[in-house]
Amino acid sequence: MDLYEYQGKQYFARFGIPTSAGGVADTVDEAVAQADAAGYPVVVKAQVKVGGRGKAGGVKLAADADETRLHAGNILGLDIKGHVVKRLWVEHASDIAKEYYASFTLDRPNKLHLGMLSAEGGVEIEEVAVTNPDAIAMLHINPIDGLDEETARSWVDRANLDAEAREQAATLLVRLYHCYVEGDCDLAEINPLILTPEGKVHALDAKVTLDENAAYRHPEWEEYADDSDIDVREKMAKEKGLNYIGLSGSVGIIANGAGLAMSTLDVVTQAGGEAANFLDIGGGANADVMAAALEVINADPAVRSIFVNIFGGITRVDEVAKGIIEAMARVKLNSPVVMRLDGTNAAEGRKLLAEHLSDRLIAEPTMLDAARHAVALAKA
Amino acid sequence: MSIFVDETTKVVIQGISPTSQGLYHGLRNKAYGTKVVGGTNPKRGGEVIEGIAVYASVAEAVKETGATASFISVPPRGAADAIIEAAEAGIAFIVCITEGIPAQDEALAYNRLVREFPGTRLLGPNCPGIISPGKCNIGITSGDIALAGGPVGIVSRSGTLTYQALHELSQQGIGQTTCVGIGGDPVPGTNFIDCLAAFEADPETRAVMMIGEIGGSEEERAAEYIANSMTKPVAAYVAGVTAPAGRKMGHAGAIISGSQGTAQAKMEALTAAGVFVTQNPTECGEKMVAIVRGLP
Repeated sequence: MDLYEYQGKQYFARFGIPTSAGGVADTVDEAVAQADAAGYPVVVKAQVKVGGRGKAGGVKLAADADETRLHAGNILGLDIKGHVVKRLWVEHASDIAKEYYASFTLDRPNKLHLGMLSAEGGVEIEEVAVTNPDAIAMLHINPIDGLDEETARSWVDRANLDAEAREQAATLLVRLYHCYVEGDCDLAEINPLILTPEGKVHALDAKVTLDENAAYRHPEWEEYADDSDIDVREKMAKEKGLNYIGLSGSVGIIANGAGLAMSTLDVVTQAGGEAANFLDIGGGANADVMAAALEVINADPAVRSIFVNIFGGITRVDEVAKGIIEAMARVKLNSPVVMRLDGTNAAEGRKLLAEHLSDRLIAEPTMLDAARHAVALAKA
Repeated sequence: MSIFVDETTKVVIQGISPTSQGLYHGLRNKAYGTKVVGGTNPKRGGEVIEGIAVYASVAEAVKETGATASFISVPPRGAADAIIEAAEAGIAFIVCITEGIPAQDEALAYNRLVREFPGTRLLGPNCPGIISPGKCNIGITSGDIALAGGPVGIVSRSGTLTYQALHELSQQGIGQTTCVGIGGDPVPGTNFIDCLAAFEADPETRAVMMIGEIGGSEEERAAEYIANSMTKPVAAYVAGVTAPAGRKMGHAGAIISGSQGTAQAKMEALTAAGVFVTQNPTECGEKMVAIVRGLP
């Protein structure tokens, strides 16, 4: 789960990471009130979960209340790469002497935490990574050992941060590491991490991605729940606990397991069709889950046929069959269903479905046959 | 032969109770012929649940039964501790199918195994398990879709596609030595290379079927290994050619991953390594069947 910048900064604050004084605003009047409180000049920043907002006109400097009013008015409602700005973060503008970059994430190939630190932070950091990779000081951290101040100090030296920034940066990096580990982040990134002319180091931005698997031990994450940006089909699926991604085609897809679901998309494309969605009903899916999945797909007006592709492992095919029968009794499906059922209890499942088969509920023996049939029906 | 598990493997089910997933799958594994020698549950030591003797700890189970492998399907919050408990008890092969373990817990448990228990291999988490047909099945794979006798080794990152791979071969009468589902979590205990190396060393495995998926760089690394160290033919399929683009994780993801991770990049790397790259699991199975039938 990605956090907005303001949420990321609030999350950083829990771990003692310094940020600029500021506040959230949903209206122009609120923006002016926050600016008055933070002290001019201020920066008015669009809160969207997408990069490149500065270049899109979503970050503006304001010297006084009138300029704040003007910029807030322009930025609220602005469309940045399909994300409409509904909220602003208004903070006191910092004078910047230097911009650094700092982040922690998991280095999957090496199975260790990876810290990245650079004296050349700012919007061009990805460019720096390509043209001058030595300017990014990498630090692999074994989770057993963690990051201590001494290691952080030598890392800061290696990254060549300015002398007056080093002590503060080392302390901040240790705190950012704690935020990353104890805060269960997939990513904790500061770009830029700044040094002010007065010699203070603090985070000017915050990019935090939380690991949703750890939500059970973070009740405080509830306030971050946000589905304002997602498509209505995805919202409905989420309410039913389904892993759904809306796409633009006409073949609705239901599969168990992310790999099989992706593979189902692949074979539908190879059969000349286009998938309307990605939907993984997961392991252990039962009749209720299957029925909910069919309801979600049925609500998508672009769907012309539905391809149910199940290979039972934990998921028992007889349960899936019951779900299909139940869903067909509960809702009137707008599209024909083509099924391919294999694996655990497949024989029992097929037997249950046998008497329900028709031109609206079709069984095919293989995944490729089912894909071809579903695509043909979608095009009919 | 087979890799990692065989007819001598003795399995203990961690976290067993009358309503647990572990019992359901453990009984199925036992019915398949796997030597399921016991279960553990700190509150039920001394009980017998559906014919399976329960011990209070893995250490006790190992002492009483000589268990060499364990099967973990406990909920995410207890899974990392269960892995360490098994390693501390001297279990050599741990299968963890639990889905949804926090990445921080996974990274810590994995690194503790590497540093403190180098003799222990973890398979998973979030994987379907392992089956050496006719000998041993640990996990959630339906035994009747596998066929004993080799000569194909299967390694897969995706659960359901692992079954699909088995099914494609068994339907054609081609057996498997071992089928390993390594799982798709951020920190897998066993990766493609571990399995490819074991298959390369196993005299009965004569060809390998590999199922990858988008994300990460495991397939690219496997390609490098195959190019440098494998003599046996490999056929592969990478799921997700048409999958929607994943979300980008800040700048950090772009800096460390570059162009790696797309299905296209993986397929190109595998093709360059001499792997027979196919477009879907059925085609992959057909290619494998043709390779096996053409073996001398």
